Amino acid sequence: MVRMAARVLVVEDDPASAEMLAIALRQAGFETAVVGEGPRAIPAVRELQPDLVLLDLMLPGMSGIDVCKAIRAESGIPIVMLTAKSDTVDVVLGLESGADDYMVKPPKTQELVARLRARLRRIEADPAEQLTIGDLAIDVPGHQVSREGTPISLTPLEFDLLLALARKPRQVFTREVLLEQVWGYQHAADTRLVNVHVQRLRSKVERDPERPEVVLTVRGVGYKAGTP
Amino acid sequence: MTSLAGRATDGLRPAAGGVSELAAMFGAIWRRSLKVRVVSSTVVLSSTVVLVLGMVLQAQLAQRLIENKTQAALLQAENSRILVESELGAVDPTSASLAGRLTTAVDRLTNPDPTGKPPATASAGAYEPVLVDGGGPQGVVGTGQKIGPLEDVPAVLRSAVERGALAHKITTVQRGSTAVTMLAVGMPVASAGRTMQLYLLFPLTAEQRTLNLVQSTLVLGGMVLLVLIAGIASLVTRQVVVPVRQAAEIAERFAHGHLSERILVVGEDDMARLGTSFNEMAASIQRQIRQLEEFGELQRGFTSDVSHELRTPLTTVRMAADLLYESRDKLHPVLHRPTELLVSELDRFEALLADLLEISRLDAGVAELHGETVDVRATVAHAAASVRAVADRAGTPLELDLPATEVLAEIDPRRVERIVRNLLTNALDHGEGRPVQMTVAADSDAVAVLVRDHGIGLQPGQQDLVFTRFWRGDPSRDRRTGGTGLGLSISLEDARLHGGWLQAWGEPGRGSAFRLTLPRSRGTELTGSPLPLGPDNAPGDSPVPGLPGPDPAVPAGPGRQ
Repeated sequence: MVRMAARVLVVEDDPASAEMLAIALRQAGFETAVVGEGPRAIPAVRELQPDLVLLDLMLPGMSGIDVCKAIRAESGIPIVMLTAKSDTVDVVLGLESGADDYMVKPPKTQELVARLRARLRRIEADPAEQLTIGDLAIDVPGHQVSREGTPISLTPLEFDLLLALARKPRQVFTREVLLEQVWGYQHAADTRLVNVHVQRLRSKVERDPERPEVVLTVRGVGYKAGTP
Repeated sequence: MTSLAGRATDGLRPAAGGVSELAAMFGAIWRRSLKVRVVSSTVVLSSTVVLVLGMVLQAQLAQRLIENKTQAALLQAENSRILVESELGAVDPTSASLAGRLTTAVDRLTNPDPTGKPPATASAGAYEPVLVDGGGPQGVVGTGQKIGPLEDVPAVLRSAVERGALAHKITTVQRGSTAVTMLAVGMPVASAGRTMQLYLLFPLTAEQRTLNLVQSTLVLGGMVLLVLIAGIASLVTRQVVVPVRQAAEIAERFAHGHLSERILVVGEDDMARLGTSFNEMAASIQRQIRQLEEFGELQRGFTSDVSHELRTPLTTVRMAADLLYESRDKLHPVLHRPTELLVSELDRFEALLADLLEISRLDAGVAELHGETVDVRATVAHAAASVRAVADRAGTPLELDLPATEVLAEIDPRRVERIVRNLLTNALDHGEGRPVQMTVAADSDAVAVLVRDHGIGLQPGQQDLVFTRFWRGDPSRDRRTGGTGLGLSISLEDARLHGGWLQAWGEPGRGSAFRLTLPRSRGTELTGSPLPLGPDNAPGDSPVPGLPGPDPAVPAGPGRQ
């Protein structure tokens, strides 16, 4: 099925806020669907097959964090969290439950749209581009990562993060540069995003996440690709 | 006894050198330990009692021994006199053989009768006889001959005996190198017409030995008794002191925040009453603290709820305003300006909300410091970049003076960036368009950021007021950046959270300076700042010298947390 406009599922319990979000997103050229309760978000994701979920962190019935975990359990769909809490604990908790990005309420419309577009944007790939990072093989056009022929399932964001590192194996990426390249941030913002996602990526691709060989930490600077 | 007393006084005189230290140490122990006090007073009092008792006992014993000895000695003396008188009865006083007869008589005294008759004087023990011829009271002049150690007989005794009396006296004589105490008994001996004196010297060695034995037994017994008393006192005191110490320990733990600590109450004695009262007090305190904690928890929850409840409708308003603003070209021209105002005032509202929430978090003490070691120059440069647009719009030159080498410090970069941004915004607001300088310097312990403007400055006394919430120097002035009035208050709290200082200086017409000083590693106490706070060192321009230390006028630093 080919869709011209990307479809965004808005999960928000406040009706006015949900309606306004839908209006603003439609204005920006997205197709929208709105769900008002957490438990209904999971079947909605299955039925509507949205391209992205915009999730309010505080929902009646089920916390946004649980909804996020539930969606993530069955899909790699991009999830952007909308939260009223900006404390580090809440942000990190949200990111660790599987969200790709977060915005603190109230978001500026332009910024929100830019973030959603960045999540939906796919990195253009040469039809035959094949890369290696550590002992992993990356089939770029096929969006596939495998170790010795066994495929590893990554979310699009994790794939993008791994790809950014693999494309320039000798470069050390600062967190700010990664934020710009992978998340589409214009100005360096919250580097906690990078830390959490590198951890999540490592838990999937490393043989031993405690002693990483694929995504290496360069102390005081950032990250770089492991040598094949 | 005298030797015992002597030893006791010796014991009270320790080496003179450490006396004061020793006294101080003992004083400290004395003050601190109830047990030591009770045990030592018990021991001191008991030793006095034992000493007095021992002395009385000893004196009684000595007296009795001497009395017995004297009686036996007198008996012996009487027997000896009879013997000597019978021996010397027929002696011709002028005979040349007098000396020989005397010796024989004395020999008879010392050596028992060859017939095997046992000496009648076994109870009196051995003795040394002395027989003196002459010195009678009637002026009869004798030959002055003597047998035995006459010089050992005391003169007082001799004169008494020469007057014809039976007398005895205790004396000390020299025998070789040792002094021997002796009981000397003297009596006149009647012989053929002349007076003689017979003295018997009884050594009191056996009695002395007995006395010594008794004395050492008494000393030893007294000591054992004292040790026992000390032990008993210690045991008895323990019974009281141990529960008191336990209670003290529990009270201490309670004071350190272990609010569930209670004293175990056993029985119905005074300790039990102490325990019960303590437990009641502890329960009451715990209840009140719980209430306060609940109240704080409530406050925190309220802040969080307010945050959410306000932000959700604000999201709707915000997006609606953004939508209106984007499509303002389609609106009636009258609505253009209101739309712009709506958006810009929403920005201010958001900033105010964020600041209010932040300051309530700081007040509630729930603000967390996420320290990491970073290059302070980068953090400061970030802050400068974020206000660059405002500075350019105001036409204010922003000059940065950063060290050439990296300045690593353990800080929360988000908070420090916010502080510096607030200082810069404040300087741009009040700098009258004149250059604003920012200087960073560091020493081994601290890093300082100084933001200096040359604007309207501060009135005397305003150095404190600038950190007051919602305080504005001059209400009539226009606000370029539309600050919330909370920026400097939050910055001050942020600086405190780091264990740092935020201080202000200013003079009317000469501008103002704000100095942030932070320790380079968490928990280090600041002692000074690498940068002076005050006017520049232009000639004739320094009524207030730069203060390297904390400025007492500014309530930053530790204390008011």
